Parts: sequence; C-alpha cells; structure tokens
Amino acid sequence: MNIRENIKESLGNRILDWQEKFPRRVYFTVKKEDIVEITRILFKDLGLRFVIASATHTPQGFEILYHFSYDKSGEIYSARVFLDDKKNPQIDSIAPLFPGAEWIEREMWEMLGIQFLGHPNLKRLLLADDWPEGNFPLRHKEG
Amino acid sequence: MSHNVIVPIGPYHPLLEEPELFQLHVEGEKVVDIDIIIGYSHRGIEQLAETKHLDQVPFLVERICGICSSSHPYTYVLAVEDILGGEKAVVPERALYIRTIIDELQRIHSHLLWLGLAGHFIGYNTVWMWAWKYREPVLDMFEMITGNRNNYAMFKVGGVRRDIKDEDVPVLKKALDELVPALDLFRGAVMDDPVIQARLKNVGILTKQQCIDWCVVGPTARASGVNIDVRRDEPYGAVDRLDWKVIIEKDGDVYAKTIVRILEMYESVRMIRQCLDKMPQGEIDAKVADIPAGEGIGRVEAPRGECFHYIKTDGTNRPVRLKVRAPSFMNVASDKVGAVGGTISDATITLAAVDPCYCCTERVAVINKPDNRKIMNGWDLIKMSQEKTNKIKEEMKK
Repeated sequence: MNIRENIKESLGNRILDWQEKFPRRVYFTVKKEDIVEITRILFKDLGLRFVIASATHTPQGFEILYHFSYDKSGEIYSARVFLDDKKNPQIDSIAPLFPGAEWIEREMWEMLGIQFLGHPNLKRLLLADDWPEGNFPLRHKEG
Repeated sequence: MSHNVIVPIGPYHPLLEEPELFQLHVEGEKVVDIDIIIGYSHRGIEQLAETKHLDQVPFLVERICGICSSSHPYTYVLAVEDILGGEKAVVPERALYIRTIIDELQRIHSHLLWLGLAGHFIGYNTVWMWAWKYREPVLDMFEMITGNRNNYAMFKVGGVRRDIKDEDVPVLKKALDELVPALDLFRGAVMDDPVIQARLKNVGILTKQQCIDWCVVGPTARASGVNIDVRRDEPYGAVDRLDWKVIIEKDGDVYAKTIVRILEMYESVRMIRQCLDKMPQGEIDAKVADIPAGEGIGRVEAPRGECFHYIKTDGTNRPVRLKVRAPSFMNVASDKVGAVGGTISDATITLAAVDPCYCCTERVAVINKPDNRKIMNGWDLIKMSQEKTNKIKEEMKK
C-alpha cells in the first residue's frame, strides 16, 4: 500500500476534504480538535517528517497548514485547520509530541496571536522584549 | 561544588553573519543546559513580502541570507511555479541547467566558508586561510556567470535572468579542475590528522532519533544517518538528469558533519561539470505573465538543508501570504541536545557544526553567581578551544 492510501485509511473520516493539487502536493482539511491525534499518526506511526506549519490571517479567521514531508516519495501532505475565532484563536499544541514543533508554535503565537494550549514554553521567539503586547504583526488590518 | 554558572555566547560577532545568543548553563566544565535566544536579525520579511509585487519578491528573499543567497529566491520561484503546474512544465530546459549550476556553486562556496570557520575555532588557522583562499575562485565563477559575487539576482519565475556565455564554459571548467586538488587537500587534512579527529570525533553527537524528533535537515541530518536530500527526493532543476550521490554518514558527531560537507563538495563539482557538458542551447526565460490564485510549495536543498517556502496568491500581483522556513530554523534548535553533556571548550565547535549561519562567540561572558563575577570575551572562548587542540597535540607527541 502506498503512503497516500495509507494516510487516507489511517486518518479515515477525520479527513473533511482531500485535494490533490499537484502530483506531489496534497492538501487536506481536518477539524482543529483532531490536530494532535492526526500529527501523532502522521509523525509517529507513519514516519512523515514535520517540515513546518504556516498560519494565515483570513477574512473568516485564521488558517494553519501543518506541512508534513514523506521523503521516500518526495511528497508533501499539508493538513489544513480553520480557526474561526477572530479575536482569540486557540488550538492544541503539537509540541508535547516532539520538540521540533516548539519554535514554530512560538512564532505563530507572537506573530498572529494564536494560543497553543499545552505548549511547554510559549514565549516570544523573534520579536523584541519591548514589542507592545497584543500587537500581532502578521494580522491583516480590519477592512 | 554547585555553582549556578551561565555562559552567554553571542549575540554578535564580527565574523559571523547572524546574531544568536546561546546561554550555556554549566557545572564546572560540563554543559548541563542551553537556552537559545534568537530574533536579533528578525526583519519582518514575511510581512514585507505581502507588500511587494510577485516579481519583486525574489530580490527581497535573496537578502534573507548572504551566504545561501540563491536558495531563497530559487525556493520562492519554485513555489510560484508550483501554482503554474511545476518547474518542469514552465521553465525552459537550458534555464534548468543554469539554475542547478548556480545552486551547486553556492553549496561549494558555503561549505568552504564553514570549513574555514570550523578550522579557526579549533585552532587550525591554516585551514581557515586555505579554505577561504580556495573559496575566492568560486566567487569569481559567480561573478563571471551572474555579475555578482553575492546576491546573484539570477532567479525569476519562469527561468533565469542571465545566460552563460559559450566562451565562459571552458574557463569555468578550468576553475573547477583547479578546485579539486584543493578539496583533496582538505579531505586529507581532516581524515589523516589525529588531532582533528580527537577534537571532532564523539563531540556534539546527534542520534538518528534526535534528528527525527527535532526535525533537522541537511548535512546535520545526513551526518546522523537520516537519508534525506531534497535534490534526490523531489528533484528540481536538472539534478535528476545528472549522475551524483547523496552523502550519508552514521556517527552524528562533528567529524561526521565535516566529512559530509567535504564529500558533498566533490559531488557538486561533478554535477556542475555534467551541467556544463549537457546544457542544451535555447531560451532561458518562459516570460510568465500572470500568476493565478492558488497556493504553492517550493523546496530546495540549501547548503544547510531543506529550504521551504509556502505561498498563497489571490490572482492579484501580490502574495497574500509567504511563509519562509530556512533550514537553520530547525537545525539551531537541535543544539539543545548537541551541546548538552559536552564541555565548554567543545561548545564552540558543536554549536558551529550545524552551520547555523554561525554560532556567535563575540560578547561571551562567564558569570559566576552569586559570589563572584568574571567576564570573558569571545576570543577567550575561541582561545580555550584552540588551547585544547594544542594540549592534545602535546599529549600526542609524548
């Protein structure tokens, strides 16, 4: 069984939407409550490598893409999560699963103000200590 | 004797291109914990990219790093071409070869730079001077092809901006031929010297499992037996048409990382030679006009590992979001395991071994709390590392 079918079967009905945009690029949407379990399956069970997560401020709220790479076939599987709370978005942290996710969650927290619940060390990574509280540089201006 | 001793390394050093602050918590000589504080050179480039025209972004991301300055524009154009159906579908054949030549030349110059600094840190200043001496002809090749020694401005969506002139090809080949004996010199110097082996072997070990957990990439991962290389896993440019191999070592120590980088330079020379031979004549630019709405991912094996860009467009001429992940973002974090357990005199080379756009050893202060307070500067730490090498040399003479 190739990795694509394996992922589909392992994640089952947690996948809300599956898009194969290009031969080596798969984007799929999941519920934010499932992200820790999905990361565990992809990272620990199926052996995908966590590349990075990218968060975007959208008119509906926030969207986070967790990019996983399967290096044997050169494919990237990106799990998409929507956060519809426009003021105080929250999601469970995946950093307790493996330390490689700690920094990027700190970055998304300071840049976009997304709370990562259960993060072991949620403090600023890149911004200066005297940067004003509550000012998130990657949030788009309203309107 | 339990002292609460913190050794801060960084954030600035005139040799180094990136400021970072490492705070080593030490008990006697032994490093027991490490805090890594970054952000000193955060310039808000991701946010700035959202205000630029899609054709201006390559010039912006080229300035993220002056050492691997072609990796970011290359990754960016790959991400945009991903929206258009992939690099191979868009870019003319000749441009693919030129892209690979630039990419591999950059790997050689970056690895030579690293080798020189690593030599300096362990007290081999001859290696430092030689490595940088032989790096010069590589920069001359860059100047010949692109007009610049750094920040080459070669990449654009759909192709490259400058062609390689036919009369330059023999000159480039000759320069490569002259580079190989220099590489032999370094390979011999590192592999045959018992003192270098004593300083680098079993130092700063990252196990394979640690590499996976910290998601490290590039030579840092390959030195620990993690078999990843974007050039092979998801080929870009002309690499899939060339004969070359991925260098893997098993031990995960600083020595293995050094060997991986030295051997990779040989592969890069082979790849460039083949490119110069096989490069077909033809167009170098597909003249892409419009970028539709969509999202794309590009990745390139930069000298330090996988460089990753994610771009989202909405059909206008500006990106909605550009996420940049440089390889050091993952690799530097792994210093937390690499340096802990070692000694202070090994910390310099361990932190440097991931090639983090360098560990910054200028304003080093050793502070003993609470009783006394002693300040060391960066040179003291490098000196300490160099003295250790001398001590080993003396012992070996006996």
